[in-house]
Amino acid sequence: MKPLINSLPETVFTTKVDDLLNWGRASSQWYMLFGLACCAIELMQTGGPRADLDRFGAVPRATPRQSDLMIVAGTLTYKMAKRTKLLYDQMPDPKYVISMGSCSNCGGLFQLAYSVCKGVDKIIPVDVYVPGCPPRPEALTEGLLRIQDKMMRERWLVKSPRLGNGAEA
Amino acid sequence: MLFDFANVLVFTALALGFVGLNLLIGKLLRPANPQVRKLSTYECGEPATGSAWVNFNIRFYLVALIFIIFEVEIAFIFPVATVFRRWIEDGQGLFAFVEILVFIGILFLGLIYAWAKGDLEWVKKVKV
Amino acid sequence: MEAKEVYLKLETQFPGQVGDFKGDVPEPYCSVSPEGIVAVCRFLRDDSNCKFEVLSDLTALDWPKEEKIQVVYHLYSYSNKAQIVLKVDLPRDHPTVPTLEGVWKVANWFEREVFDLFGVIFEGHSDLRRIMLPEDWVGYPLRKDYVEQEEYDGISTQRAPLVEKLLR
Repeated sequence: MKPLINSLPETVFTTKVDDLLNWGRASSQWYMLFGLACCAIELMQTGGPRADLDRFGAVPRATPRQSDLMIVAGTLTYKMAKRTKLLYDQMPDPKYVISMGSCSNCGGLFQLAYSVCKGVDKIIPVDVYVPGCPPRPEALTEGLLRIQDKMMRERWLVKSPRLGNGAEA
Repeated sequence: MLFDFANVLVFTALALGFVGLNLLIGKLLRPANPQVRKLSTYECGEPATGSAWVNFNIRFYLVALIFIIFEVEIAFIFPVATVFRRWIEDGQGLFAFVEILVFIGILFLGLIYAWAKGDLEWVKKVKV
Repeated sequence: MEAKEVYLKLETQFPGQVGDFKGDVPEPYCSVSPEGIVAVCRFLRDDSNCKFEVLSDLTALDWPKEEKIQVVYHLYSYSNKAQIVLKVDLPRDHPTVPTLEGVWKVANWFEREVFDLFGVIFEGHSDLRRIMLPEDWVGYPLRKDYVEQEEYDGISTQRAPLVEKLLR
């Protein structure tokens, strides 16, 4: 049986059901621990007690199979880029990516290096860029909240006039 | 008497139905996007090599075996404890007590043997 | 033992193999010929006065104008609290030097790194392959005439220069 994705008419009831599901997704983003370099320390601290990510429902997972958010924290090298793409592909839908720090936004401090990939958006689609070197835990929390807003604006069940699957209303 | 089990039947049907309903709702509401790379085996980003069926260490089997034996022993002691008061009233209290002690004693000898053989140690000491 | 004394000992032990001692720098160094480096290092490690137990570092330098690649060995002695640096000059088009893996096991990874970044071949090395860069990388990045490849594994290595992007 086919899923009901992108197939329901736009009524008050169906959009509310969509909002409910979006709220469920936004309030429980399980992020994959993808700390590659120094931003990983700030990522760990953001999950720590002072700037808690768990109060937003975001729990760290070690494997891509159980996560729906990938926080790429740190410098991405070409050697790691192949593995990053495979790990992103192995995440189940719907999946989102936060690029944390300068190195994964654009190559950052090491932009002129021969082995650094100039930004993680060269290999995977990024939803939210969090600037900083490293970004403070408050900044990463703001990034998470922006992704929550993005999730709340999406339309999954209701037929959306634009592209379809997961497009924004 | 058979009618008493109607409760159990209704309970089972409700339980299975609830689980089935939830799985059905999930199947209808979630996106399904299977791709070759998504379904590939996970090995920390590297392509998976070798078979996943490897030899397990025998200690897991030994620990599980010892656990099962003593778990079943506890399960056998429970009924004895429930009817113990009736045996005391019948005057057979001491007999029941000695009998259950013999039961525990036999299994205790087995525990001593396993202990002496070193099967209770997870990290085995290697004689150099 | 002071570095100068070590150098004099080396000169007597290995005539013609060592030369160019410089002692008034924070890290005194002398140059050694590529053929004699293994014997010199083994002597420095085993001799009871020198006792240079550890190879603290093994790196290289690229001198394109002088057409040479210089491999640098830093030796340290914990018992004497002394340090000496040995430099070996190799021709730039065919840099080979015998491996020090038999003298110090740690040279295994150091030499792999130098091979990875400079292309210096260490004869007799048990496992000479790239250690940091991916196996299918082309070129030796720390050479002065290294040109970055256009794309690796489908990912473009170029990014528009930031100033042009801002002016656009």
